[in-house]
Amino acid sequence: MTIDVALIIKAIIILLIFGITLLIAMYSTYGERKVAAFMQDRIGPNRAGPFGLLQPLADAVKMFFKEDFIPSQASKWLFILGPCLSMLTALMTSAVIPFGDSVKYESAPGKVWDIPVQAIDVNIGILYVFGVVSLGVYGIMVGGWASNNKFSLLGAIRAASQNISYEISMGLAIIAILMMTGSLSIRHIVEQQHGGNWNIFYQPLGFVIFITCAFAECNRTPFDLPECETELIGGYHTEYSSMKLGFYLFAEYINMFVSSAMISSLYFGGYNYPGMDWVQAQLTGSLGEIAGHNVGTLIGTLVFFAKSLFFVFFYMWVRWTLPRFRYDQLMNLGWKALIPLAMINIILTGGAILFLKPLIVSFLK
Amino acid sequence: MRTLIDFVQRIFKTNMVSEFGTIFLFIVTAIVLIVSMLMLAKLLRPHKPNVEKLTTYESGEDPIGNANVQFNVRFYVVALVFLLFEVELVFLFPWAVVFGQATLIQQTDGLWGWFSLVEMLIFVGILVLGLAYAWAKGYLDWVRPQPKVPVIETKVPANLYQKVNEKYGRPSVNEK
Amino acid sequence: MAEIAFYGFSALSIGAALTILFTRNVMYAALCLFLTLLGVAALFVLAGADFLAITQILIYVGGVLVLLIFGIMLTYRPDRESNQKKNLVLTSHLNQFWGGLVALGIFGVLFWVILNANFMIIHSPQLAEFTPQRSTLRSIGVHLMTTHVWAFEVAGLLLLMALVGAAYIAAQREK
Repeated sequence: MTIDVALIIKAIIILLIFGITLLIAMYSTYGERKVAAFMQDRIGPNRAGPFGLLQPLADAVKMFFKEDFIPSQASKWLFILGPCLSMLTALMTSAVIPFGDSVKYESAPGKVWDIPVQAIDVNIGILYVFGVVSLGVYGIMVGGWASNNKFSLLGAIRAASQNISYEISMGLAIIAILMMTGSLSIRHIVEQQHGGNWNIFYQPLGFVIFITCAFAECNRTPFDLPECETELIGGYHTEYSSMKLGFYLFAEYINMFVSSAMISSLYFGGYNYPGMDWVQAQLTGSLGEIAGHNVGTLIGTLVFFAKSLFFVFFYMWVRWTLPRFRYDQLMNLGWKALIPLAMINIILTGGAILFLKPLIVSFLK
Repeated sequence: MRTLIDFVQRIFKTNMVSEFGTIFLFIVTAIVLIVSMLMLAKLLRPHKPNVEKLTTYESGEDPIGNANVQFNVRFYVVALVFLLFEVELVFLFPWAVVFGQATLIQQTDGLWGWFSLVEMLIFVGILVLGLAYAWAKGYLDWVRPQPKVPVIETKVPANLYQKVNEKYGRPSVNEK
Repeated sequence: MAEIAFYGFSALSIGAALTILFTRNVMYAALCLFLTLLGVAALFVLAGADFLAITQILIYVGGVLVLLIFGIMLTYRPDRESNQKKNLVLTSHLNQFWGGLVALGIFGVLFWVILNANFMIIHSPQLAEFTPQRSTLRSIGVHLMTTHVWAFEVAGLLLLMALVGAAYIAAQREK
């Protein structure tokens, strides 16, 4: 019986995470349009519901009801497979993100369940995310090739080349973090940044490299060359329509949210915030052990979402601020600037751990 | 064979595989979600294709040839260089995890940290040589687009506007 | 449960591998290779080698296969004569008899070796206690830095040579 209960809880958590991810992705589209409108001194969507809040639902309905056609020259199955792969790889990463601390539940007196607010805490969580990111290129490549359209193919090749170029610097930036934490589990990394002891203060250079690579991996402006509309019409999704186009666009917004969540858990302490111990003590004092812990977890989760949504907003802010790179600039930045910088960052981190850390520890004693 | 299956079964009960089992469950749920969305959309939407709709889009022109354009070999070279750096990265991950381990440093009186750092520097240094080679040979240089300025044959000299501007001064927005 | 997973992933890998063998469309073959490699990665996880599985995905799926697909796109000669055609890259099946013979021979040798190999770990009594509770990554890291340090540095040199050689040969095509 115990296995069944555990399985049911797991299934509920998985469905909840899917729901939250999809909801945030949906409202990111609304947010993007509102932010764009604000920056361009417009109003933005305001017809569907109050302040246009139902606009994402209207868009979803449109995606379902629009006619979908597969070009006669395309290879049919690969054409369908492309957006599905894109969506799948986007959804897969949210499994290992720690959304919050844990929820305690007393089923019987003395028997307390301690359920972490996360689908699964994998021992090699970061490597899993990194692996899935490296799969992300297939959705675009398959779709672009299958369309049998010159614009799509060019977009697909650009996307593949760009993603692999920035993957290396991303990995090197992650390695600098791992040298400090010594663990690949994202939950461990978050727990080590207890309170205000965030990694950003130790890894400012690594953070800049990581966020640049995150922009490139999500194909967001200024790295949106695979789909830049002034050169390639729609890039890899030129031929797509209806739900399949929806998948491609949706995958981009899910990727944005997931990478924002990764940034906030790796560099900005995830669900940790300064003064959390004090808040926790107050809560357990006034509400009791279990209820206080749960309310504390809720506050932590809200903090986590606030951080992540700030970075989603940052993506939009950058999109409407910076112009697009030229392809040679993009390649130069990736290979000739970010990779050497990331390597220097690793060496600096190694030196700091071996040399500065004992010095500071002995100084504090 | 029997022992092998027993072995696999025992592993499946341990932590690691049940972790990946949950991930497998997650992936299966995602696939079910995607397929059901596609199916639902297929039921709801109209389907009235015609020849015009189904042609490949090429800015309103009839497409010439198919999309098999031979592209620049540089994409291939970049993918090659990437592959080798990816292998290097995979070697770096286990190193990074054990590098700062306090117990190992204590056991070796602090030698471990320096030893592993130097080893890693040699390894990375060898690969940086590779990057430097590719860089110096120009394999990483992309072709820079040269803007083509159209030359128009006209009787008005090209620098006429410049002269006019200099003579009368450019109207400034700030001047009232 | 473990048996179902094991046979399921094996069937996936073998089925996809057979499809590579019999399909004429090179793009389909590349995507079947994608499935095969993922299936093998899942088998690695079942065998308790999580790091190996991720390595397989990172290097083979994320690197080698992308390179392969680039290679297919690069070497394909565009057909300018027909105006409207699908962009299929088709191969033909040649030398089926000799190819099959060589493949069967290699399979036979490997099968014989595996059957006769004395896998120390499986038959050893330590197996009873051996249950990998946590990731294998840490022990790999320690061994790389201590017992296998020469192999590790030589691997670096090998990678350098591969990089220089491959970049040189690939760039020759440009001229």
